[in-house]
Amino acid sequence: MACFLVPMGEAIVTSVVQKVVENREKKVGEERTKKTGFSWSRRLSWLNKLLWGGTILLALEHIWHGEVVPWPPFLTAMNNPADVAPMLHEMATVGVAMAITVTVVWAIMVMIAELKAKATPEAKGSPVSGGA
Amino acid sequence: MWLIMTSLAAIITTAIWYIKAPEDKYKLGLLSLIFWGATLMWFVDHVMAYLMEGGEFFEINLDATLLGLSVIILALLVWEIVLLVSDPKGVLKRIKR
Repeated sequence: MACFLVPMGEAIVTSVVQKVVENREKKVGEERTKKTGFSWSRRLSWLNKLLWGGTILLALEHIWHGEVVPWPPFLTAMNNPADVAPMLHEMATVGVAMAITVTVVWAIMVMIAELKAKATPEAKGSPVSGGA
Repeated sequence: MWLIMTSLAAIITTAIWYIKAPEDKYKLGLLSLIFWGATLMWFVDHVMAYLMEGGEFFEINLDATLLGLSVIILALLVWEIVLLVSDPKGVLKRIKR
C-alpha cells in the first residue's frame, strides 16, 4: 500500500546526515577520515543508494498496481477511511522490516569492506592508516 | 516475477562492476546498489506477505513480467541520467564547445 514510504523517510534522513558528515570531513581534512580507506560520507552514500534505489523502483511498482496516483491524496488507500488503518499497519510491519533489512545489509557490507581494507598491505603500510 | 528479474539484474551488474573494479568510471556501483536496494525490499515484502497471507511466493504471469521489465528500464534510466549529468568522459562538455 505505502510500505516504501518508510525506507524513503530513512533515505531522506540519511541523505541529510551524509551532507552534514561530508561538510565536516572537508573541514577536518581527509587524513583523519581515511584511516581505513573509507570515509563515513562514502559509507553513507552506499546506504543512500540502496535506500533511494529501492524506493524509486518500489514507487513504480505501487503506481503499476494503482496504489499510488499522481493526484492528491496520492495514496489510494487514503480515499477510503477503512483502508487507512491497514495501510499504517503495513507501513509499521513491512515498511519497517524493509528499512531494517537494508540497514543491516549495509552495516554488514561496511564491516566487510573495513576488514578487507585493514587486511590489505597498502592500508597497513600507508602513513594515514598506520599513524597514531 | 519482478523480484526474480531485479535479483538477476543486481547479480549481473555486480559481476560487471567487479570485473571493472576498482575503476568505476561508468558508475556501475550505483546501478548495482539501486538493484540490490529494490531486491532486498521486495524480498522482505514477499517473505512477509507469504508468512501473513500465504499463497504463492512468486507471482509468475505476463503482468508481473512486464512490471519486472519496467522496473529494470526505470533503474537503467535513472543510472543513465546520473551518468550523463556527471559526464565522466567529458563528452557533453566537448559537444558544447
